[in-house]
Amino acid sequence: MEVPILKQGAVLIATFQAALSDADLNQLRRSLVQQVVKHRSRGVIVDVTAMDVMDSFASRTLREIAHMIRLRGAETVIVGIQPEVAFAMVQLGLTLEGVAAALDLEEGLAYLIEKFKNAD
Amino acid sequence: MAKRESSSKDLGTRDNQAAELARSEAQSELLRELVAHLRQNRNQLREEWVGRISETRLLTAMTKEEIFAEATSVYDSYVEALETETFEALQAYARNLSERIIPRGVETHEVVGIVLLLRDVLARSLFAKYQTDFRKLNRILDAYEPAANRIANTVAVGFVQERERVIRQQQEAIRELSTPVLQVRERLLILPIIGVIDPQRARQLTEQLLRGIRTNRAKVVVIDITGVAAMDVTVANHLVQTVEASRLLGATVIVTGLSPEIAQTLVTIGVDLGKMNTVGDLQGGIEQAERLLGYKVVTLAEPR
Repeated sequence: MEVPILKQGAVLIATFQAALSDADLNQLRRSLVQQVVKHRSRGVIVDVTAMDVMDSFASRTLREIAHMIRLRGAETVIVGIQPEVAFAMVQLGLTLEGVAAALDLEEGLAYLIEKFKNAD
Repeated sequence: MAKRESSSKDLGTRDNQAAELARSEAQSELLRELVAHLRQNRNQLREEWVGRISETRLLTAMTKEEIFAEATSVYDSYVEALETETFEALQAYARNLSERIIPRGVETHEVVGIVLLLRDVLARSLFAKYQTDFRKLNRILDAYEPAANRIANTVAVGFVQERERVIRQQQEAIRELSTPVLQVRERLLILPIIGVIDPQRARQLTEQLLRGIRTNRAKVVVIDITGVAAMDVTVANHLVQTVEASRLLGATVIVTGLSPEIAQTLVTIGVDLGKMNTVGDLQGGIEQAERLLGYKVVTLAEPR
């Protein structure tokens, strides 16, 4: 299942609808990294509210996406990690180092807007 | 040869079985006689038992009428358990009774005491009844004693189990109360931890904190461990994990009130504290949290 990517001003929003296969994740990485430059976006939000498990591949891919997007000149923030998922992740050592995280979509947008303001 | 041996063995076991059957038959017969005797003398034995209970000053938390009412039910359940040789009903009754009397401060020794008293009262009445026929008395006691002991056991175990259940429940309640997650400002939570943290409590703390972050939409959390005397490696690592998990929910954690002892321990055991934001005391932690949230506290007037 493909992840829809929406454009909202200078921000791209990718919302996970369900648990994703490894191939879907790779596909998401390709299209996000492509579109971020195509739309001249300054920020990317990845919403994982619907995920009730996060395995090592998914969390590694999220980290890679964030770092690749930084290299392409934009900021990434992961939003909507569930409390149980968050704790399970740190217990497995999947801490998404160097990647910003926020409570939900609203918080993520506020975080990015704050970042843009500081950069201007 | 072997065959004959085996067949004789078969015969032997069959004999044994027959003997066993006859014995248990006789046993039941005796128990029936016993039960009939106890039914017949119900009033007198019951009163004697209640008398012994107040004599030995057991169950002082209950009134005389209550003791009498409970004694009646216990007596009847007791006779029933002897008659049917099943203990489920008695067990259920014991649990129910315990549930009622534990809140009134009845102790284990009292419950065991009264059951043993009943056993003695009944045994005495058997002595009196069969005093002329010593062999019969012996056989009756053979049937009575194991059953009576099992009953005493059942009641005592039932009471202790119920008590343990109550204690567990209270521990649970104390634990719930001991980990409050408090909002002091919009988007700022504090989590004061007092007392010993064992792995179970640590897990519960984390759960409550992460849930609190989501429901209060917190951005900054101050965890104050001034009241924690000691911390081991498991709990320290758990604390670090809690900090990281909170970050994944978009909240920054500030840990305050690390005592010199805990600081020493953490450095000695080499817990990676690089990811933790620590401030000396709770006041400093809250001030830093306010800065992070963009609050500015000003004095409007000199304090009177």
